[in-house]
Amino acid sequence: MWFKATESCNCIEPQWPADELLVKYQYISDFFIALAYFSIPLELIYFVKKSAVFPYRWVLVQFGAFIVLCGATHLINLWTFTVHTRTVAMVMTAAKVLTAVVSCATALMLVHIIPDLLSVKTRELFLKNKAAELDREMGLIRTQEETGRHVRMLTHEIRSTLDRHTILKTTLIELGRTLALEECALWMPTRTGLELQLAYTLRQQNPVGYTVPIHLPVINQVFSSNRAVKISPNCPVARLRPHTGKYLPGEVVAVRVPLLNLSNFQIYDWPEVSTRSYALMVLMLPSDSARQWHVHELELVEVVADQVAVALSHAAILEESMRARNLLIEQNVALDLARREAETAIHARNDFLAVMNHEMRTPMHAIIALSSLLQETELTAEQRLMVETILKSSNLLATLINDVLDLSRLEDGSLQLETTTFSLHSVFREVLNLIKPVASVKRLSLTLHLASDLPAYAVGDEKRLMQTILNVVGNAVKFSKEGSISITAIVAKPESFKDARIPEFLPVPSDSHFYLRVQVKDSGSGINPQDIPKLFTKFAQSQAVQTKGPAGSGLGLAICRRFVNLMEGHIWIESEGIGKGCTVTFIVKLGIPDRPNESKLAFAPKVPGNHVSTNFGGLKVLVMDDNGVNRSVTKGLLLHLGCDVTTAGSSEECLRIISPEHRVVFMDVCTGLDGYELAIRIQEKFKKRQDRPLIVALTGNTNKVTKENCMRVGMDGLILKPVSVDKMRGVLSELLEHRVLFEAI
Amino acid sequence: MLGLGADLLWADMNRLLGFLFHQGVLDEHFLQLHHLQDESSPSFVSEVLNIYFHESEKLLNNLRSLLMDRDFSDYNKMAIHLNQFMGSSSSIGAKRLTTVCLAFRAATQHSNRPGCLRALEMLQHEYCYLKNKLHELFQIEQQRALAAAARYPLQNNQ
Repeated sequence: MWFKATESCNCIEPQWPADELLVKYQYISDFFIALAYFSIPLELIYFVKKSAVFPYRWVLVQFGAFIVLCGATHLINLWTFTVHTRTVAMVMTAAKVLTAVVSCATALMLVHIIPDLLSVKTRELFLKNKAAELDREMGLIRTQEETGRHVRMLTHEIRSTLDRHTILKTTLIELGRTLALEECALWMPTRTGLELQLAYTLRQQNPVGYTVPIHLPVINQVFSSNRAVKISPNCPVARLRPHTGKYLPGEVVAVRVPLLNLSNFQIYDWPEVSTRSYALMVLMLPSDSARQWHVHELELVEVVADQVAVALSHAAILEESMRARNLLIEQNVALDLARREAETAIHARNDFLAVMNHEMRTPMHAIIALSSLLQETELTAEQRLMVETILKSSNLLATLINDVLDLSRLEDGSLQLETTTFSLHSVFREVLNLIKPVASVKRLSLTLHLASDLPAYAVGDEKRLMQTILNVVGNAVKFSKEGSISITAIVAKPESFKDARIPEFLPVPSDSHFYLRVQVKDSGSGINPQDIPKLFTKFAQSQAVQTKGPAGSGLGLAICRRFVNLMEGHIWIESEGIGKGCTVTFIVKLGIPDRPNESKLAFAPKVPGNHVSTNFGGLKVLVMDDNGVNRSVTKGLLLHLGCDVTTAGSSEECLRIISPEHRVVFMDVCTGLDGYELAIRIQEKFKKRQDRPLIVALTGNTNKVTKENCMRVGMDGLILKPVSVDKMRGVLSELLEHRVLFEAI
Repeated sequence: MLGLGADLLWADMNRLLGFLFHQGVLDEHFLQLHHLQDESSPSFVSEVLNIYFHESEKLLNNLRSLLMDRDFSDYNKMAIHLNQFMGSSSSIGAKRLTTVCLAFRAATQHSNRPGCLRALEMLQHEYCYLKNKLHELFQIEQQRALAAAARYPLQNNQ
């Protein structure tokens, strides 16, 4: 629009003619433009005020100004369509100028601002990405935590039981549940260690015993690493069921489970220590899902495998200790039973021994008694010898019977040797006499050599020493078919003790005892040197000994050894072999008697003095007893001993008969007080003591009252009925020597 | 031949003696008695035993008459007799008889009449048994002595 001055009104006319329609449209458009222009800043202001953050306010102001001016311009343009005054034109012009300025400024400024604005957009994008990432990570952490929880729960389940089966089953079930597995299987190594056998599965109830060889490459691969390894679903360990789905089978993972034994536990190396056997755990994802094994799941599986290994080892230890405990209990029970059986056996044996002992003794006594009776009769010299041998043998047999009982006492350690003084020479002679008949029948020559420095008497257990010598010599005779047997007895000197055969035996003789060494050499069948140790054991039979008669078994040598040991000695056998004879040697410790001629009454030779003993030649004695039988017996007894006996049947008769010639009066005091009174009256009769006969009471009563009464009335002696010959002999000797004898009651 | 007979008799006698010992009827005092028999008193044993039998019969009769008496009350008298019997029995070594006497004496000490009667019966029984056996023994002994005597001429002639 340019000014066109008109003539009259100083008005400005528009250039163009007022074309009605076009002008109208322009008019309207301008109006709306102005409206829009004015409303935009209003909206802007409104929304900016509403929004909290907007850094470019002054840009908005600027922009607002620009728009307002533009709007103003278009508004003012409305007045220029008709005739308008100069003022309007001036305002229009001003508005336009301002608008131009502002718009230019805005344009210039936008150059700076728009890039910023654009960058806000990129930032926004960046932040969104970041947020997404964080979301993802959080999801991951949550999953891990879940996993951790599952592991803890699984571990708790697994470790809450010590039963192997439960552990493994629980593992599979829990794993299956946690990881939502299709199938989970455990392969255990077989006993041979060459195959893996399917032991447990999750879905199948009773797995049939599939086995796979242990040296497959895939299995080696799994076993060589302690991580969970992905394996192909087609390998034998993973192909448990025929594949039915139309999808690909799910991914399979396998992990090794170390089977730790007790010996594998070492503090510093567990579990790196070389374990020999592993089990294989195979886990299969469901085949119709597109799931993949995630790292955290693999880690879960590895942790579980370790825990299972630990739990299994605990279970194994427990099993082991339970088994050991059961074994111990069984053994204890068995031991108890055995002990009771042994005790019963010992009791039975003792009872048996006691009974047999008694049963054997009774006939033995009969034999001994009758043999001694036989000896009393008329016999030829030959017969006498035979009878004496029988008697001695029977005595020895009786001793042996005693010793059978003794052996059991020996073993209990309750046997004690009897110590008496005896003549060594007589022991050897007795042995010789006993063995001579047997030896002469077998035509064996028997020689005895006693050293000259051998003491005549020794202190020790005569009976047992004789038994030992007899046993040894008897064996020599038994096992020799021909030749000679020599017996030597010497006093053992310390030098000879350094015998290689008995290195630990170092006896030391002293003043009170010496060591007797006896050696029996025979030229018989000999013994294999290997059998020698067996000989001393009870009842052991040596095969090598050739015997025709009774076999060489029995108690003999065992008993001998025990006796020799009790006598603090040693016994041993030497033989060069079969057919080369045998030498038995023993050393025993014996005491040296103080008095060479010491001899106790107990061991006086039991020679029944059947013929008249002249000790009491003609000793006058008086016997008072109202019992006819007793009178006769006592009379006979005293007659036998060579006394001159008178008898009285009552006290009065006794007093009548008694005279100073009678040295002893035997009176029976069983019947009432007669005896005591008689004693008093006899004492009254004989005033002088040396004239008075000795008064001895015979009584069957074994109470102290009788003894006291006797002593009270002044009797010189008391003996108990029944009296044997020897007893009476002893009594008379004692009386005549000491003039008093009170037998112990 | 005669010698063989003597041996058999000897064996018989031994067997009988052994049996009596084993039964406990006799004990070693019986043997002691035999010890006292020698040349100076060749029939000592038989003499003693005869006296014994004589006395024992008397004692047993006394005991029986005492017990059979209705108004019997004097146990002491019976005890005296018993002591006598016991004494003689133990002297000759009649062990079983002595044991029965002990039991009898215990009954008298308790004034136990039925017990005494029982004991008396047993005593009688044992006594008879012993007497028979001893007679048997003596018979064998005599036969043997005869047989042995018959042998001597043969031996002396050799």
